[in-house]
Amino acid sequence: MTALAVDDITVSYGRLTALRGVTLKVDEGEILFVTGPNGAGKSTLLNAIAGVVPTGSGSIAIDGAKITGAAPEDIARRGFSLVPEGRNVFGALTIEENLKVGTGMRADRRKIADDLDQVYQEFPMLAERRHTPAGMLSGGQQQMLVIGRALMAAPRIMAIDEPSLGLAPKIIDQVYEILLRLRAQRKLTLLIVEQSSTRAMMTGGRMVLIRGGRIVLEGPAAEMVRDDRLKQSYFGFGDH
Amino acid sequence: MRELLQIIFDALSLGSLYALGALGIALIFGVMRLVNFAHGDFIAFCVFAMLWPSIDAAAVVFAGRLPFYLLIPLLLLIGAALSILSEVVVFRRFRNANPATMMIASFALGFVIRHLLLMLFSSRPKSITLWPSLGLPVEFLGAHIPMLQVVTIIITLAVLVILVLFLKRTRYGLEMRAAADNFTMARMLGVRANGVILLAFAISGMLAAAIGLILATNSGTADIGMGANVMLIAFIATVIGGLGSIPGAVAAGFLIGAASVVFQATLPHDARVFRDAFVYGAVIVVLLVRPQGLFAPKSAKQRV
Repeated sequence: MTALAVDDITVSYGRLTALRGVTLKVDEGEILFVTGPNGAGKSTLLNAIAGVVPTGSGSIAIDGAKITGAAPEDIARRGFSLVPEGRNVFGALTIEENLKVGTGMRADRRKIADDLDQVYQEFPMLAERRHTPAGMLSGGQQQMLVIGRALMAAPRIMAIDEPSLGLAPKIIDQVYEILLRLRAQRKLTLLIVEQSSTRAMMTGGRMVLIRGGRIVLEGPAAEMVRDDRLKQSYFGFGDH
Repeated sequence: MRELLQIIFDALSLGSLYALGALGIALIFGVMRLVNFAHGDFIAFCVFAMLWPSIDAAAVVFAGRLPFYLLIPLLLLIGAALSILSEVVVFRRFRNANPATMMIASFALGFVIRHLLLMLFSSRPKSITLWPSLGLPVEFLGAHIPMLQVVTIIITLAVLVILVLFLKRTRYGLEMRAAADNFTMARMLGVRANGVILLAFAISGMLAAAIGLILATNSGTADIGMGANVMLIAFIATVIGGLGSIPGAVAAGFLIGAASVVFQATLPHDARVFRDAFVYGAVIVVLLVRPQGLFAPKSAKQRV
């Protein structure tokens, strides 16, 4: 079943066009890596799905229901959770409060405490400092917090903009382990912007390469990594 | 000792008024980056809501005759309703406009409310007696403190406690603080933008009503410009406290109240008429030393 369908969307910031006709489908429980050079439009794609930047044309659907032009909170309530780039922790709120913000919309109120325990188990550092304002955490700790916070919203589709950024390799392994486990347990659909192609290859799943606001290459991550066109795209040697 | 006690109570009660005003401004600024300059006119509107429209000098008391346990909730409701109406009719349309545009819109709204009151009640101040018994002094360690001062301080403390409990202990309070910190991120976590903003406006309107009640009881008059002074000082308090910081706004409100009273008591007699110049001078000094305010929150950056 298609969890997320993006159909021919364009996004412009003033005269600058960031996405020109992007189409992609993600099945339930699938993992899709989005890769590409800086400024290619990867973050814009995630932000457009989340409803934070408006789309010029095209449509987006979650579970077959159109969400084009919907408010970010309504998209979140449909089960889409975005961890945006730049670690948007609520600096004045404590770790625990940060984790709880996204639980307000959940119907399964009894499970919230269990999920909180689980996040604390996965990231013991967060448990130790649960009453510390999030603004006092280091960059890597904030990254753990925003991933934990997104999980607390109990999403069915989770999008993460560069989960590896600023995290120690050991923690990155752990983050991926959690995500893959949740994917297996509750069919969590994953949409991940990832610069590290080896990481994508190790994890498996599908991969799309975005360049200049378009999808230029698409296929299983393991094969794409070996494709010369991926490297060319990064360095701008392509025919594009 | 007696004079000191008098000064302390004066400072606390004046500071209370400013703190309540600053809170009303800081709450809305927190979620919307809007400085609502119509807040002072909300205060006046709530006072006039107790009167029957007439242009006579003697006020025709209407709702003001209700017993306090009905009058207070009614006025809080009127304040909240006016504030919510302003958001729905005016501010919602400027939500994505730049802060200066929103500020001008709030000035315009203030003019509309003021002139509506002018039309209904004329510009003459009206005398209004709410609770004369509150004017009587109570004796406290030898000092004679007007009952109203004590009541004002108690009400303010109660409001602060309730607000802190609301913000820290309830889901809506948490959502409001998250929205004040990073509005877009809060929305991406399912926090309803309209809900949070309406709630902020409702609370702010109730605070305006509370100030209106205190002012009217204290001065015994209803005057169309009566909210302007509190609004001005309250705005300055939110700036000194660090725009967006709720504890900062409250602390700075009390600070300015205290400064006014202390200057009043300590300046040489001839200089007392210039008290406000000294108060604002102190404000300038504070802003020169800490332009970001005394309690600037980490999230004071502009919202995108």
